[in-house]
Amino acid sequence: MNQSVGHNTKKIALALSLFVLSSVALAQKSSTDSIAEYRAMLQDGNPADLFEAKGEDLWKKARGPKNVSLEKCDLGKGAGVVKGAWVELPRFFSDTNRVQDLESRLVTCMQDLQGLNAEEINKTPFGKGEQANLTALATWISAESKGMKFNLPQGHIEERKMYEAGKRLFFMRSGPHDFACATCHSQDDKRIRLQDLPNLTKNPGAGNGFGAWPAYRVSNGQMWSAQLRLNDCYRQQRFPYPLFGSDATIALGVFMGVNGKGGEATAPAIKR
Amino acid sequence: MNRKHTLALTAIAAVFLTACAAPMPTSADLDKLAKDMASRSFRAQGQAKLDRLEQDEDNRLCSDADSKGVSVTEADAKAIEARNLASIKAPADGKYLGDFKAGEKVAQSGAGKTWTDKEDAPNGGNCYNCHQISQTELSYGTIGPSLYNYGKMRGVTDPTSATAKPIVEYTWGKIQNSRAYNACSSMPRFGHKAILTETQIKDVMALLLDPASPINK
Repeated sequence: MNQSVGHNTKKIALALSLFVLSSVALAQKSSTDSIAEYRAMLQDGNPADLFEAKGEDLWKKARGPKNVSLEKCDLGKGAGVVKGAWVELPRFFSDTNRVQDLESRLVTCMQDLQGLNAEEINKTPFGKGEQANLTALATWISAESKGMKFNLPQGHIEERKMYEAGKRLFFMRSGPHDFACATCHSQDDKRIRLQDLPNLTKNPGAGNGFGAWPAYRVSNGQMWSAQLRLNDCYRQQRFPYPLFGSDATIALGVFMGVNGKGGEATAPAIKR
Repeated sequence: MNRKHTLALTAIAAVFLTACAAPMPTSADLDKLAKDMASRSFRAQGQAKLDRLEQDEDNRLCSDADSKGVSVTEADAKAIEARNLASIKAPADGKYLGDFKAGEKVAQSGAGKTWTDKEDAPNGGNCYNCHQISQTELSYGTIGPSLYNYGKMRGVTDPTSATAKPIVEYTWGKIQNSRAYNACSSMPRFGHKAILTETQIKDVMALLLDPASPINK
């Protein structure tokens, strides 16, 4: 009897240890491989498609107080040229005398061409009103450069100054946690929890990381623009709130984009 | 040369001159440019006020070296470590270890100090974001070294013993202020910057050093 109890206990112990082992294996699968599988599965039907369609429609539609479309907007390659514009942004624009990223440039066009109020758009929270339209526009415009290689211009001195300022901001440790962008994004093959971190100081990380946004975020079902991506990085860095289209955010875009030269544009990507 | 050509040449020369007229600013001027840019590019939100952009001397020196791809000078490193070491205080009651179960909760939590966090809510230690700690938590980061078997690997069988004293004090100091031992460490200064309370730090200490903690099994 004692022997049989002992035998049963052994059996239970064995079953339990197998269960523990298999659940560890399952957990390992669910936490790493499955994320990749899930993303691959979603690539077939990236919800970003819907934002792309909305963005294209917004580009062509007469809107705003002046009731005109954005089809004459100069994104850097001449009025109305969309294809290939995104892989050369941010860049210097002589009419505004500023280096601008895609989103801040679109705001300029919405004001100049359509008569919308740039200051109001800049102050609108992400995902609301004209900001939601802006994200859709950025999604479509970036998609029009999908598969192209990053080639940000550095010919103008303001573009080179922005690169240097962006580099300094990238490495700027501050706030209660002493975090810089570089704390998480200046080494190869590192993770936060299970999330892989691109090294944004060089390729392939810079091209992969910078080149993926706007992206559709599965975890919250939202389309995130590059500005929102940076905004949330700064939140997690425990910094104050970066102003929409501010020079610091654009300088960081120049730093990452130039580092990503030759990398492939994958936006609009799909993220966890 | 006809008038058209002259005009074209003048235009080319003008472009050439504009491009070359302003030389690239010096490195110090670019430092100032970036600093000014930061000061006009943010606003306060929630508990994240603009004073967070003001770097202390330690961060200024480390950031400057990082952006140049070099290490801080030996003299700077020594000065940073010395002043950070001076900030470390032993626990008032002489007890270094708290409750490892509470420590695991602190290690798991990544909350605190962002503009979306409530100021009066407890902050987390963010430990698992960068470190492996227990063997059951598979979702861990790799920016810091693995801390699995931290106490066991260092032969800590009785954390109150004289033999364990150096490692207990070092671990306490490392969590309180990592920059005391590594001038430009990426690890937050949990005590020095008041991210964790003394009780929370004691609990994390127990997670790492208590022989009864699951990470030392």
